[in-house]
Amino acid sequence: MLTQPRPIRLKGRSYLALTLTPELPFEDWLARLDDLASRSAGFFLRRPVVLDITGLDIDRAQLRTFVSQLGSRQVRIMGIEGASPSLLGSDLPPAMADGRPTSDFEPPAAAAEAATAEVAVAEPVMPDLPKAVPSIIVTQPVRSGQSLVFLEGDVTVVGSVASGAEIVAGGSIHVYGTLRGRAMAGTMGNAAARIFCRKLEAELIAIDGYYKTAEDMGPEFRGKPVQIWLDGETFKVEALA
Amino acid sequence: MGKVIVVTSGKGGVGKTTSSAALGAALAQGGDKVVVVDFDVGLRNLDLVMGAERRVVYDLVNVIQGEAKLTQALIRDKRVETLYLLPASQTRDKDNLTTEGVAAVIGALKANFDWVICDSPAGIERGATLAMRHADVAIVVTNPEVSSVRDSDRIIGLLDSKTLKAENGERMEKHLLLTRYDPLRAERGDMLKVDDVLEILSIPLLGIIPESMDVLRASNIGSPVTLADQGSAPAIAYFDAVRRLKGEQLPVTVPGEKRGFFGKFFGRKAA
Repeated sequence: MLTQPRPIRLKGRSYLALTLTPELPFEDWLARLDDLASRSAGFFLRRPVVLDITGLDIDRAQLRTFVSQLGSRQVRIMGIEGASPSLLGSDLPPAMADGRPTSDFEPPAAAAEAATAEVAVAEPVMPDLPKAVPSIIVTQPVRSGQSLVFLEGDVTVVGSVASGAEIVAGGSIHVYGTLRGRAMAGTMGNAAARIFCRKLEAELIAIDGYYKTAEDMGPEFRGKPVQIWLDGETFKVEALA
Repeated sequence: MGKVIVVTSGKGGVGKTTSSAALGAALAQGGDKVVVVDFDVGLRNLDLVMGAERRVVYDLVNVIQGEAKLTQALIRDKRVETLYLLPASQTRDKDNLTTEGVAAVIGALKANFDWVICDSPAGIERGATLAMRHADVAIVVTNPEVSSVRDSDRIIGLLDSKTLKAENGERMEKHLLLTRYDPLRAERGDMLKVDDVLEILSIPLLGIIPESMDVLRASNIGSPVTLADQGSAPAIAYFDAVRRLKGEQLPVTVPGEKRGFFGKFFGRKAA
């Protein structure tokens, strides 16, 4: 018998994957892919790749052959988008949906290829510059029923967050008012995110998938200005002066 | 061009219809031309509260569907001649309200009246969103208790996103009308305090209407409280609310709160 079962944590996490949209006939498209790969060796190596076959009229055997053809070129398919369920089976990568577009991947030297065909060596890759952490500031109260989702970084609310409203942030959450609704910080797997508010009346707080409801929070910090952070698997709450 | 006011709340039973009728009657007694529009298609009540239930021939849905002219559907009040009612249909449902139809009716009313008061149904569905869609000003009716306050907060969110004003990037003017305020219960502490409600909703206070038998009595005889008993506490509160709505700076007194020495002399003057 299980006493005190430890719940399994289910967390969402998003990754950047390369999406390939093949065209028919596959032979021609694979030839173009080989051409690209020859100019930038190892471009697909170890990269997660999603295959988008929306609108392609192919059967299951064709798809399986195509995936294995890609496999022989070191292109590993982690998921298939836009396929009808009947097309996919246990021998094929799982279906994926609801992908959100980001900036295009730049295949090395491919863009400049037309103009400077004779340049064979890829340009040196720019070193990663430190990026500013994005954040948004909301100057109006967040009303009941409203959901403010900002997975890229911090959310600052100059005003209150009403009961029945929710803030979902990839980074920290700052509320210059009363926090009555839900605040979920560090939802993209950031355990260092914190929640700050001028008056704590929250229905639920969560950091990096760990959550606490109002009932579990205890009365000592209710109505107080606090900061909340995660120490391992426990919440720490501290009154702010 | 008249001003379109939506009287809304989210929650039912807080006093939207009573307030629509009372504010409409108070505005009309000042000489302004007022029409009160019942948007509660299927559950109409405004005709009863305004004592016009036996004079309804055509209604809002008839006008929208082209079965009647607007002038045929409007009912003129027998007591105040500048007060009109556009009743809702009791037999149809809210699906009969089309966005274009409502826009046309509101546009026509705006051109002919100083004030168009839209009595919104409860809820946040079609009827309520259409009632608020064309408004210039919103009056959010709230009772001093948690569920009503939270629903009002939700409605304010919709007013800031689902109305024409919001979609055009303008700011909707919003006022809070605190109704059914019971001084005795407030004293015992089983009601939300005025300051707490204001802090949660953070919109300006238009007035506080005390819970009173006068309101019930007025409804039962089919007369807005501002017509039936003009000297009663709720009527005075509605008249004050109307003055604030017209832009007058008038301090709000909390019913039952002890006035200071000067308050005894000056607090009454508003009546």
